[in-house]
Formats: sequence, C-alpha cells, structure tokens
Amino acid sequence: MQLTLWTYEGPPHIGAMRVAASLDGVHLVLHAPQGDTYADLLFTMIARSERRPPVTYTTFQARELGGDTAELVKASVSDAYERFKPQVLMVGEACTAELIQDQPGALARGMGLPIPVLSLELPAYARKECWGANETFYQLVRGLLRAQVPEAGRKPAPRPAGQRPRANLLGPTALGFRCRDDVIEVRQLLAAIGVDVHVVAPLGASAQDLLRIPEADFNVCLYPETADQTCDWLERMFGMPTVKTVPIGIGATRDFLDEVGRVTGIDVAHAKAPNSSRMPWYSRSVDSTYLTGKRVFIFGDATHAVAAARICAEELGFTIVGLGTYAREFARDVRECARRYGVDPLITDDYLEVEARAAQLQPELMLGTQMERHIAKRLGVPCAVISAPVHVQDFPARYAPQMGFEGANVIFDTWVHPLMMGLEEHLITMFREDFEFHDAATPSHLGSGAGRDRPSAIETGPTVTPAEASHSDIRWAAEAEQELKKIPFFVRGKARRNTERFAEEQGIQTITVETLYDAKAHFGR
Amino acid sequence: MTVDANPVDAPSGPGPRLPVMRERGQRQVFCGLAGIVWLHRKIQDAFFLVVGSRTCAHLLQSAAGVMIFAEPRFATAILHERDLAGLADCNQELDRIVAELLGRRPDIGTLFLVGSCPSEVIKLDLAKAAERLSAAYHGRVRILDYSASGLETTFTQGEDACLRALVPELPSLPDGARSLLVVGTLPDVVEDQFARLFAELGISPVHFLPPRHTSAFPPLGSGTLVLLAQPFVGDTARACQARGARILQAPYPFGVEGTLAWLRAAAQAWGIDEEVVTAVTAPAITRAERGLAHHRSELAGKRISFLPDSQLEIPLARFLQRECGMTLVEVGTPFLDRQLMAQELDLLPDSVRLSEGQDLERQLDRLRADQPDLTVCGLGLANPLEAEGLRTKWSIELVFSPVHGFDQAADLAELFARPLRRGALLRV
Repeated sequence: MQLTLWTYEGPPHIGAMRVAASLDGVHLVLHAPQGDTYADLLFTMIARSERRPPVTYTTFQARELGGDTAELVKASVSDAYERFKPQVLMVGEACTAELIQDQPGALARGMGLPIPVLSLELPAYARKECWGANETFYQLVRGLLRAQVPEAGRKPAPRPAGQRPRANLLGPTALGFRCRDDVIEVRQLLAAIGVDVHVVAPLGASAQDLLRIPEADFNVCLYPETADQTCDWLERMFGMPTVKTVPIGIGATRDFLDEVGRVTGIDVAHAKAPNSSRMPWYSRSVDSTYLTGKRVFIFGDATHAVAAARICAEELGFTIVGLGTYAREFARDVRECARRYGVDPLITDDYLEVEARAAQLQPELMLGTQMERHIAKRLGVPCAVISAPVHVQDFPARYAPQMGFEGANVIFDTWVHPLMMGLEEHLITMFREDFEFHDAATPSHLGSGAGRDRPSAIETGPTVTPAEASHSDIRWAAEAEQELKKIPFFVRGKARRNTERFAEEQGIQTITVETLYDAKAHFGR
Repeated sequence: MTVDANPVDAPSGPGPRLPVMRERGQRQVFCGLAGIVWLHRKIQDAFFLVVGSRTCAHLLQSAAGVMIFAEPRFATAILHERDLAGLADCNQELDRIVAELLGRRPDIGTLFLVGSCPSEVIKLDLAKAAERLSAAYHGRVRILDYSASGLETTFTQGEDACLRALVPELPSLPDGARSLLVVGTLPDVVEDQFARLFAELGISPVHFLPPRHTSAFPPLGSGTLVLLAQPFVGDTARACQARGARILQAPYPFGVEGTLAWLRAAAQAWGIDEEVVTAVTAPAITRAERGLAHHRSELAGKRISFLPDSQLEIPLARFLQRECGMTLVEVGTPFLDRQLMAQELDLLPDSVRLSEGQDLERQLDRLRADQPDLTVCGLGLANPLEAEGLRTKWSIELVFSPVHGFDQAADLAELFARPLRRGALLRV
C-alpha cells in the first residue's frame, strides 16, 4: 500500500481512454463498477471536449456481482457495437474488474463481431496512465498492421524520385500537454524543409489512417511517453527510421531538423533560424541579463523535464538546482540529464516528497505540473507549468505550442513572465523601507491581487520542514535578523540558509551582521 | 442494455400515485467516494483514508474539480500488486499507513477508513481494522469505517454511509430529555440560519449531524426528533430510529414551501403553536419571495429535465415547478426511497415522467427527443450536451452550494436561471 494525497497519473485504463478519445471510429468497452464513469469529465471538463469519450462502461454494482457479470460484459459489447458502429472495438477492464476475472476481452472476441476486437491488458495494480496509453497505442497499431508486416530482411522500397518525404507524427493524445498546437507547429517545421506529414496518431486519426502508417518514410516520436513502443516496433518490423529528438527549445528544434535532414537526405540549414523565432534575441537582449543564474527547480514528465533543463541551462542562462520526474519508466533519461547539470535527480510519484525537496532547495522559479504550481503557491515561488497532468488552464484558447520556434517564443514568455522584472528587482533591493515594497509585494505587472495569496499560502499542515530547522542550535542576533529583512523576500530564504550553513561550517553560534556579510562574500554569485 | 425494459409500475405504500420508469444499464454517476469532497471540509477534525486503488485517488482528485490549496484531509492507501498477491499483509500495511498519517496529522480527532470497490472485492475487513486500530490509538483518535464503493453506494449515498457509521458513536440522550437532530451536511452559513430559526421558534436543544467537530457529538435517544436536511440519508435515519429516535415526515427545505413545511414539522412535533411559526418565519419568507420574483420570470414556462445524479432531483423539481413555474419533463433519480420521498412525491404534478436508475444512452435519446430548455446533469455530460445545443446545469454545484432554507431560495433559483440567461446573452 502507498499513502497518496494527489496523484500525477491515473490508472492505466485512463491511458487507454486517452488513446480511444484521440481516435475516430474506435470504441472502448470498459468493464468497471459504477462510479468509474467519472473519467469522462477529464475530457469534457478539463479539455472542454465537445463529445463524450467513446467509452461504454459496464458499471456493475454489488447486485450484479452475485449474478452474472460476464453477461453484462456481452450485453455492453453488443449494445456499444450496435449503437456506435465502430471500425475497431477495444475491450479492457478497470481495477475492480481485474479482480473478478471475467476476461472481458476474450468474451468480446468470442462474440463474432464483424470488426477487429482488441483485448487490452491494463494491470491496474502495477502500472499507471502513461504506460496504459503507450501500451494501448502499441497494441492497436500492432493489431491492425500485423498483416502488413513484410518478410524479414525485405528492405522498404526506396522513395520514388520527385516524391517529397513523408513523416508520421506519433504520440499526441487527448489530455496531453499542448499536443493540439505542437502538431500544428511540427507540421509547419517539416513543411519548411519539404517534408509532408502523412499520418498523425493517435490524435485525430481514424482506424484507416492507422493502416496507412507504413506508407510514410519515417516516424517522428513526438511524445515518447505514449509512442516509443509503437515507434520501436515499426522500426523493427517495417524498417521505418524513428526521429527521436523532441523539438522543445531552440537547440532541440535545430537538432530535430538536423535529424530529419539526416534521415531524408535534405539540407535543412536554411530553416534553422526563421524570422519568427524571437526567443534567441529576447534572451540575448540586455533586459534579460537579470535572468542569469536564476535558481530553477524542474519536475514533470521525462520529456518535458529534460527539454526544460536544456532550455534553462543553454537558452535562458538559469541555474538548475533540482530536476525530477514522476515517470519511472523514463527515469533513466532524467538521471542522465541530472548528471549533466550536476544535480540529484528526484524520481518519485509522491507529491509530498517533491514539496519537501522544493522547500529545501528554495528555487527562484519552479517549472512543473499543476501539482508543482500548488507547491509553488504555498512556498511563494513563481511557477510555470511545463507538463501533464493537465488542468483546464493548460488548454488555452490561443495558439500556444511548446515545440518548434513558436514553442520557444511561448516558453520564453510563460517562464519569464512570473519573475520579477529586471529593474524592479534592483529598486526593491535599493529601497527596502518603501512602504509599498513590503514583503508581500509581487511583481508589479502581475496585479495587486496576486500578492494577497502569499500570507495565507503558508496556512496549514506541518508539511514543510523549513531548512533552518536543522540548524536549531544556531541563534540569530536581533540586528542580524533586522538586516536579513532588508534582503528582498524572494532571495531571503536562500540568504538565511546560506548564512546558517556558513555559520555551521565556521562553528559560529550567534549570527551577527558581520556573519551575514561574510556569508554573502563566501557564497557571492 | 435493457435488463428489465422500463416496466411501468404503480407500487403500494406511500406515494403510489405516480408511475415510475425503472431503468437498468450504464449509469453515469459518481460513487460514494465523491462525498468525501464536502464531508472533509464539513467535519474539521476528521480525516478520510480511502483504502482502494489508484482509480479511487484519481476520482477524488478529479471530483474535487480544482485541487484544494491546503493539504486535504483525505488520502488514499493505494493497493499494489504485492498486497493482492499476498506478499504483503494488507492489515499490517494499513497499520503502517495509519501510523504514518497520524504522525503527520496530530490534529486529527476521527479517522474514517473508507472502503472502496477493490477493498470490498478482496474482502478486506475494514470494520475489524478499525476495531484493532481504535484499540491502538485509544483516547487519542477515534477510528471508524464505512464503505463508499460504487458497488454499494451512488454519489450522495456515500454521505449516508459515513453518517450511518457515526450513529453508534453518538452519546445517549438521557431519558425524559428531548432534542432535535438535523441530519445531512449543510453549509455552515445555512446551519447557523436554521439554528437561529429553531431558537426563535423555541426549539432547543438543536444538534446537527455531521457535527463540525467530532469532539462534540450530538446525543441520540428516544426523546430525539430527527429532521432530515438531505433526501439521501435514509440508512442514517433508520439507524437513528433503531436507537429510539422519531423521524419527522416533511418535504426537504428547498424553497419557501419546502423550508416552511420542514420547520413546521419540527414545530408541530415540539408542540409549538402555528401562530409562532407564522410570526417567526414571516420576515424570511417575505425576503425569499422578493428574491424569487427576480428569477421566476426567467424560469416560468421553461421545460427542465433531471438526469439521475445526486438524489436531490425530486425535491428540486418540486421547487422549480411549484415556486418557479417550470415545466417538468423527466425527473430521473438514481434510486427511489419512497419512505424518504413520500411528502415530496405528493407535491409532484401528474404529468411528470419519473425514472429510477439509468440506462444512459436510452436516456439521452429521450432527452434529445424532449429538447428541454434546461438539463440538470453530471460534469461528464454537460459540455457534450451543450455542444448539441442543450443548456445544462451541473448537478454537483447543487450539492456544494448553500441552497437550503429561505434565504437561499433565490440563490437556488438563480443557479437554474443563470445558464438560461447566459444562453440568451451570448452572440458567439
């Protein structure tokens, strides 16, 4: 058993639903008790979907458990087939159904429906949502394309002369982070170098589209969390190369173009710095100097966390103080990345652990999921959301991709906006006594209401152990405490921590104003 | 599917006048766990530990809609493969988790172990676990259990199961003493209003279940009159009855009519003159009428359908028809407790189509054929129905908002008028 307050991922059948809800003509029958239909609201409320996910639930109750739940499965399957006339039917079970072992997939396959029926294995007590999406997409593609797999050793036919190379974009799903806009951006990116997009899947694809996947020249694995198994299988069985660079950030977008260039034999040099790409200049402009060395804590799914780390380090000049992911399946990528930036990787799906680490590191910016947004709010740290799990705010009405050159523009705005503006930071430091620059003053462009959260933010619960608790034997002299208050609140935590660490190292019992400035000189950046 | 295809029956017993369409099939409704979302805010020193799966945790988080800013007073002990394969002893695991939890939250006075679909299917005995843990934490934390699984409970029934678990804990009311017990969660502001009205009527002492703190449990005994504030607390009412309490028959306190009849039921049982009732309630009724008039013009003549969800459907339909002039098309309810609904059913018009249970797709077919002006439904259905051109009202808001009593009558009407007003305003 694991004690859980908030979860980063739902159970694996939610992943299967995300794939089903992304596709046209595919219906999912889910053997699940009454109540599991809550999952529909993720799609209809969070993503504001105009249609219900194509899912029929058996919604059994106690009275059916005594009777014949298997009959209920068959009735649900045949009703769903009659009503929705899908081209492909998927059958799976949620956690409770897994325990009663009706084997709904086998039952459905035995019904002789005139369409492909795919039985999903979704181990609810061992796996989670992303795994479920990844597995469902893979099973579906494999199930539909198995008959087309060429004999071993047969090379794919070369592209006819004069035909533009074609790519499949694999991995975008319903409830994914900014998938809708990323697909548009990557399509434009490829168009600029003369590559056509053949099939996008699962998002917006029909069962027929899935059958056309092997016609393309290569696959782009846009979201490894949902598509890496599928891409690997297509590479093994059909000899289709996979482009693995995820184009989030300027550097990664250029690397992506290079990789596509290598796979297709196209020269991509002209496409690597389009006029619409403003992020590199914005970051170089003098106004951005104040971003240098901002301490940032990054947590999310592996793909977005790793991409964010590179952007922070190479494109914004931040200092990465923490990096982690909840996606254990992709922990290796995050560990490798953390090693590159010299930080301890945090691999956990325990929200409380992430909160404790954030409190300890005292970053100046959090980049995370909606969970980290809440943590940051409690800690009074600016935050931007970079990854699923998603929230209604992560489906903006405007075009807001993360990928490609426009994605980098969007990222510059969304990550820099929550921070204190350059000159404002100096003014606050210079005029500490100004009555309007009190501790709770927020960046002036964020509106007066924003600051009012802060005092109440640190309300309940013994959740956050302040860093200073470990230095309880060290005492602050009154005038040193007073001097500390002259340091702007958003760096005061760091100053306090550093001073205490310095005092501890030097064996100082009472921190004076002198100690404070000695520590400042010692750690000065 | 149609296991028994809507047989129209007219059973005996209270309220036999209206035929009921019985439906069985896919049910689009929360399980009882959703009740934790408001119960954990209401009972301020209680913690709800669901023993279940990742689905349970995900449901709670999703049903809460927005994540609650403060650390929530609920959590899930998620079962893993090891627990199911017998590699870990579930009871030992639960003890470990409870110790961890109570270590983190020394402010907790009552811990509810909440059963779920998986814990029931694997027959994890939470009653026994609660007993064992109660002994271990004796004098410090009270540990109770109830099941809010979707197998056993539908949405608001979770609250009934929780309150039912509190009944044996209530101290005895001394013989000869009398008291009024109001059962069912009310927002604090509404509870305070009712407390003032009861005091003015001369009814005292008045207690509320659930209490705001489990350190102040209301007494229960043969001198207790039980007045139900919510139409879904049937098991709790019957458990109170088993301890000698008398259940007052009344409509539910929605709208002027319902609230007055509800207060009058208590006053009559307490032996208070009708003139006192009239005098005490007159100012609030005048205010409520004035407030309602604003919305009546927008609601009158509009057609409304309720999909089965919170069990509030029947009393709300009665209010909207009788006090706001709406026309009832279909009123669906997850289950029909005729004993609890007797007074309400008497007030419904003959023309209403009453349905119990659900066969979702067939119900939506009827809805599309009916084309009501407003449909009350759950969150999963609202946007898709809006996209089809139907105006909707989320039923969950009716469970969360202060809607009972005289001073909320206009607010309640406004909740239904707002989507209609918005529909008329928008030109996009």
